[in-house]
Amino acid sequence: MNLSRTFAIVLRHFYLVRGSPARVLPLFAWVAIDMVLWGFITKYLNAVSAAGFDFVPVLLGAVLLWDFFTRVMHGVTMAFMEDVWSRNFLNLFATPLAISEYVGGLVVSSMGTSSIGLIVMFVLAGAIFGLSFVSYGAAVLPFLLVLFLFGVALGITGAAIVLRFGPATEWFIWPIPALVSPFAAVFYPVATLPTWMQYLATILPPSYVFENLRAIISGQAASVTALIWAIVLAIAYVLLACWVFGGVYRHSVRTGLVARYSAETVS
Amino acid sequence: MPNVLSVENLSKKYGNTIAVEGISFEVERNEIVGLLGPNGAGKTTTINMVLSVLEPTSGSIRIEGIDVARQRSQALECTNFAAVYAPLPGNLTVYQNLYVFGLIYGVNHLSDRIESLLEQFELERFRNLKSGVLSSGEQTRLCLAKAMLNDPHLLLLDEPTASLDPATARDIRTKIREFATRGSCGVLWTSHNMYEVEDVCDRVLFLSHGKILLEGDPKTLPREHGKSTLEELFIAVAREPLALERV
Repeated sequence: MNLSRTFAIVLRHFYLVRGSPARVLPLFAWVAIDMVLWGFITKYLNAVSAAGFDFVPVLLGAVLLWDFFTRVMHGVTMAFMEDVWSRNFLNLFATPLAISEYVGGLVVSSMGTSSIGLIVMFVLAGAIFGLSFVSYGAAVLPFLLVLFLFGVALGITGAAIVLRFGPATEWFIWPIPALVSPFAAVFYPVATLPTWMQYLATILPPSYVFENLRAIISGQAASVTALIWAIVLAIAYVLLACWVFGGVYRHSVRTGLVARYSAETVS
Repeated sequence: MPNVLSVENLSKKYGNTIAVEGISFEVERNEIVGLLGPNGAGKTTTINMVLSVLEPTSGSIRIEGIDVARQRSQALECTNFAAVYAPLPGNLTVYQNLYVFGLIYGVNHLSDRIESLLEQFELERFRNLKSGVLSSGEQTRLCLAKAMLNDPHLLLLDEPTASLDPATARDIRTKIREFATRGSCGVLWTSHNMYEVEDVCDRVLFLSHGKILLEGDPKTLPREHGKSTLEELFIAVAREPLALERV
């Protein structure tokens, strides 16, 4: 793997973001709005509910972590879509660039863009609503790691879907986090779900994050075993997503889709 | 020393449709080879297979003796291309585009190389402009500058002068000619401009229905087949391919 080539992909995305306010604003605007909206909702719930229970770390913390996951997934997909929109595949893939270097560049780009959103959320949630991640202890690191890895996995899968089925399918990609959220038990315990949804929750790494988040807030210890399993599961999804993307790319090279990629020829 | 490009028995089929059928050819050092033929003859398909963005159904491609199917990255490190249908991303500036692709090709002393190419292709005043706002001729020059970034041993040009005015096209042809004779580079060139082909190419291959029908010196080939110009020969290949045989 040639890091210079991966850096080129990251640099291309950096140039695009730096030169375009329309790309800078979404990095923090939507997550900031989410923090403000859910921050006031939690304050209101604190005011009307029984004394003693603090909704801020449970609800606002969950929204923050889920938004981070969404930003990671969208970060990968967005970096890929930039090449779709500018019809850059032929230029890119007729170079020595390996597919692993390209995907690596998408992931690093997403790491940068999602970190900006995360910092903005930390600042807003802490400064305005008093959310402190100290209350989660060291578990916050595996929480972020699991959500990052799973976001990367879904982002790469989304890119594979667009590469295989054409640019029009991008509208299936953006709502994927919303589709996953009911099963990931972001706002309620897994036990609340019907049995068939509980089975699905067990194969979704974020469900372990949010179960442990609620456990910590209610005074219990985080389950190390569960978090290790979530990390293993998330890594497995990343590997699976890379395998799928590699397979789709090889199919596209075999059928000529890479050479002829555009809305007209693919969809 | 191996040829810059060796193509052996190359075929591409899409289901029952044959796009390229068992073609073999070489490009030697300091040689410009014209790949000619009517639309749909298989020229771009061949170039796409050499660039490894299209997998051949059978056959082999070697660039500097390196098998493209087995060592894709190594083979493409010493290759580059410019095509009229592959403009560089319009949302990056001229300089940014060259810098990003220079990194991908692993160009040494990249900033100096970019400066030299900006000057060579008269792109200095556009360096901070988004590529998308350039005229089609300027974009073509930018693509050619990108194609020269890594001093390729094999340069693939798919109608490189299609959108240039005659004066600029002549300048570009001269630059490419110099490029091919100066180092150890070979060029595979497609064009529908037969005067240009006659002027630039050392050898031409006529493709029709995915097969090489004729091969030879563009200056003597028409007479060998009873035609007075290369354009007449081209039209004959396009209309009556069965009447011609590969020499």
